Amino acid sequence: MNWQPSASLQVIRERARIYRQIRSFFNTRGCLEVETPVLASTTNTDVQVSTIEVPGFEIPFYLQPSPEFAMKRLLAAGCGSIFQITHAFRQGEAGRLHHHEFSLLEWYRAGYDYHQLMDEMELLITTLSLHQCSFTRITYKDLFRQVMDLGVDEVTLEQLRGHCNKSVPGTNVAQLDFDQCLDLLLGVVIAPTMQGYQFVYDYPLSQAALARVREDDNNLAERFELFFDGIELANGFSELTDADEQRARFEQDNAARAQKGLPQYAIDERLLAALESGLEDCAGVALGLDRLLMVLLELDSIDQVLTFTD
Amino acid sequence: MIGVFSIGTEMASYSTNEFRSGLKIMLDGDPCAIIENEFVKPGKGQAFNRVKIRNLKSGRVLDKTFKSGDSVDAADVVDTEMQYLYNDGEFWHFMDPQSYEQQAADANAVGDARQWLKAQDNCEVTLYNGSPIGVTPPNFVELEISDTDPGLKGDTAQGGTKPATLETGAVVKVPLFLEIGELVKVDTRSGEYMSRVKK
Repeated sequence: MNWQPSASLQVIRERARIYRQIRSFFNTRGCLEVETPVLASTTNTDVQVSTIEVPGFEIPFYLQPSPEFAMKRLLAAGCGSIFQITHAFRQGEAGRLHHHEFSLLEWYRAGYDYHQLMDEMELLITTLSLHQCSFTRITYKDLFRQVMDLGVDEVTLEQLRGHCNKSVPGTNVAQLDFDQCLDLLLGVVIAPTMQGYQFVYDYPLSQAALARVREDDNNLAERFELFFDGIELANGFSELTDADEQRARFEQDNAARAQKGLPQYAIDERLLAALESGLEDCAGVALGLDRLLMVLLELDSIDQVLTFTD
Repeated sequence: MIGVFSIGTEMASYSTNEFRSGLKIMLDGDPCAIIENEFVKPGKGQAFNRVKIRNLKSGRVLDKTFKSGDSVDAADVVDTEMQYLYNDGEFWHFMDPQSYEQQAADANAVGDARQWLKAQDNCEVTLYNGSPIGVTPPNFVELEISDTDPGLKGDTAQGGTKPATLETGAVVKVPLFLEIGELVKVDTRSGEYMSRVKK
């Protein structure tokens, strides 16, 4: 009977160390630690997120794929800057970098925009790292230009499929839409070329998720991701605070879900009411702690940092 | 028989989240085995499964990328333990030791395994829709040397080797002291001599 943990004792101790340091980092910087339910009656409508539904209740309950909505309700209630270390759940995600249950550090900064949040993130990771770290920032558009000489704002779907066909042979490109082509190229072609800590920012509007649209260019969203050697570690936004815009995005998600034959979810009216009541400008980010541990300890697989994987 | 439609023709299929190494699927009309499966999901975007696949007919290895959530047809492929009987010049004949049912495999299906096949040895025969498409010899076989240069007496410790032809036709490098008629143990995966076997 194999009862031993999947992670080594050294890794288990390292996790404890970084959690201690994260708490001390935010405590000294005036960010309040909060806790929100992992089990709730609403969930994210994001087409790319598969939520796990939990039986045994009169109405559907879901293991939360992200603490985002609850934390924004705390922000609207006047908590100020907040952080949380929690577990998040995604159905069907399994692999070297994925597990259906994973640990997140999510934090929100009142009054910050996404660049200020990237600054703070650099400071946090430098604090946690055992080595000197350097960071670079590049826009989504410049990244595609630099690595593939591809202009994401001028290419047609047909041309994009041609790039996928050439760069990732053995793919049925005819069934990929514009964003799926970009996802494939970013994940399979571009990410493996990325080195060190790198922020990618200003995502195309079609990939805005819950980010605010740039005021000076409404084709871009104030969204960023942090990568280390091409491994995605974090995703953040200047947060969308407009209730009407948020409702429209939920409805778009559900329409896309219907088209793909995926389950549709009730819109989180409590989040919309919270936005309606007024949410000050803020930026928020979710950092995958399991992957961060992998990167800090130079490990290859998420199984090496999880105590048990079942 | 009049009916041309049969009941139960609907193929079983696998979703990408069932992908794992060893799974047998149909691809472009050929049975294939998954060797490696990697889940790739960039940011908040579309997830993909990148797989390395061996075409079980041609032996060729190829890369394929599926959108996660897609399904593919299962291949009716089973690996069965069978006893090698004989070669009639065209076909290699195998027998299921439980049912005594026999199968004839052609040169294509037997491939490189042919040089290790000795009557009575148990092999793994891969059946696709009930017919052999592949043969895997046992990891270790014991075969008699049918031809080699004369042995060098007293040279049992030195490292030198010489080629030796075995009873099945395989040629392996053996230590200099071995003689025609002696029995050797060989690893069929590497084609390397392991040890001398006392008769």
